[in-house]
Amino acid sequence: MDPFPFYQLPCISVSDLTHYLRQLLESDDLLQEIWVEGEISNFSRPPSGHVYFTLKDAGASLRCVIWRNTVLRIKADLKDGVAIQAHGSVSLYEAGGQYQLYIDQVRSAGEGLLFLEFLRLKTRLEAEGLFDPGRKRPVPTCPQRIGLVTSPSGAALQDMLNTIRRRFPLAEVILSPTLVQGDEAPAAIAEAILRVNRIARPDVILVARGGGSIEDLWAFNDERVAYAIVASAAPVITGIGHETDFTIADFVADLRAPTPTAAAELATPDRADLLTNVRELASSLSHGFAATVDRYRWELNERQHRLRLYSPLGQIRGYRQRLDELSHASAQTMLHCLDLSRSRLEGAQSHLGALNPLAILQRGYALVTRSADGRIVRSASQVQPGERVQVRLADGTLGAEVVEATDGG
Amino acid sequence: MDGVPPIDQMTYEQAFTELESIVAALETNQKPLEEAMALFERGQALAQHCAALLDRAELKVQLLTGGQGEPSNLFFGEEKGSADQVDLEEG
Repeated sequence: MDPFPFYQLPCISVSDLTHYLRQLLESDDLLQEIWVEGEISNFSRPPSGHVYFTLKDAGASLRCVIWRNTVLRIKADLKDGVAIQAHGSVSLYEAGGQYQLYIDQVRSAGEGLLFLEFLRLKTRLEAEGLFDPGRKRPVPTCPQRIGLVTSPSGAALQDMLNTIRRRFPLAEVILSPTLVQGDEAPAAIAEAILRVNRIARPDVILVARGGGSIEDLWAFNDERVAYAIVASAAPVITGIGHETDFTIADFVADLRAPTPTAAAELATPDRADLLTNVRELASSLSHGFAATVDRYRWELNERQHRLRLYSPLGQIRGYRQRLDELSHASAQTMLHCLDLSRSRLEGAQSHLGALNPLAILQRGYALVTRSADGRIVRSASQVQPGERVQVRLADGTLGAEVVEATDGG
Repeated sequence: MDGVPPIDQMTYEQAFTELESIVAALETNQKPLEEAMALFERGQALAQHCAALLDRAELKVQLLTGGQGEPSNLFFGEEKGSADQVDLEEG
């Protein structure tokens, strides 16, 4: 009944209301990712391949859908009466006016319980400090002795032995056999870890088992195994199940490997690498020694050389060389002096040649001398007609008699 | 040094570590010739021992008895019963 008759509440369509409700559901974060548990009923799987059922408990029921592609991935058994935990999101199927859980993961209720227990124990042990990175010990690089805690009949053992044999057969392997699943397994595993430490004192211990379901691996979630790993004198490497399986033992271990084979690889060096290292070292050894010998040899040669220099023979050689140098130098000097003298001589000769009085005769002049006393006649007044004179020409001499002498040139 | 085992009884790690220190000594220190020769010979022996250890093909596997879960069919080698099966007892 309207309290305010003049103010009408809006009247909307069914679609709008339904759409509004859908948006309301889809905007709630809690509803977009949720785990719900209940029992399956009204299970149906039409030809489309999609799966429809109702999850119910004592108080209520919830419609569920699993699309075909997701169904293929689900390992759990889905049929009426089965208790499950389902993960997904809540929304509204508008055409049917139905809210539904759209499921993307399913686990059996039993699994769900186990998982809760796992979380509880993990939280407790973590609070006790068992998972602290600080308490993890380093794994030795070249273990002499490797302890294996695993089933003697499982594939994990063979995988680990093959890996160790291939990589590092000089190690000794001690197998401490144990059960790896079932109710008695946790105590057996803990005991096996303790025994191998006490009797064999290995350098590292591998705790391993092959793949399986959460129930199969459950023994490794037991606190007795965790405490045994903590108490182990040797560091522990776990290789349990497959890559995605994580057990309490994995968290407590000093090192976790995804598989037994990987655990064996982490525990051992590869002998091919080690051989390369040895070869390189041996080569450095040879080179280092050769260098030392060379240095001594060089020092010896140097001493010998100096010895030769200062010996009598060495001194003689020195003198001889000095002598050679000096002779060479003096010869050079002498040659140089000769050259100088020669040039000076030539110079003087040509100078002399230029001053030769007889050269003038070549130009047609004659030299007259009085035959009586050989004195040169320079003037006409020096001779009387009838006196004999010699007329010297360039190429010969004339005997002549003065016929007349006249002054003036 | 006390308790240095003879080379052929050394573990791989012991022998390799000593070889490393010998090489370092030869490369850096001016050792007298006689000492250098002695070091060189020991280094060679160590390297040979390491290589011999690495060449070993047989993996020695031992079983601790007295534990749980011993089945009747036990084999460790590539053929049945090929590797050593020395049983270690307590005490």
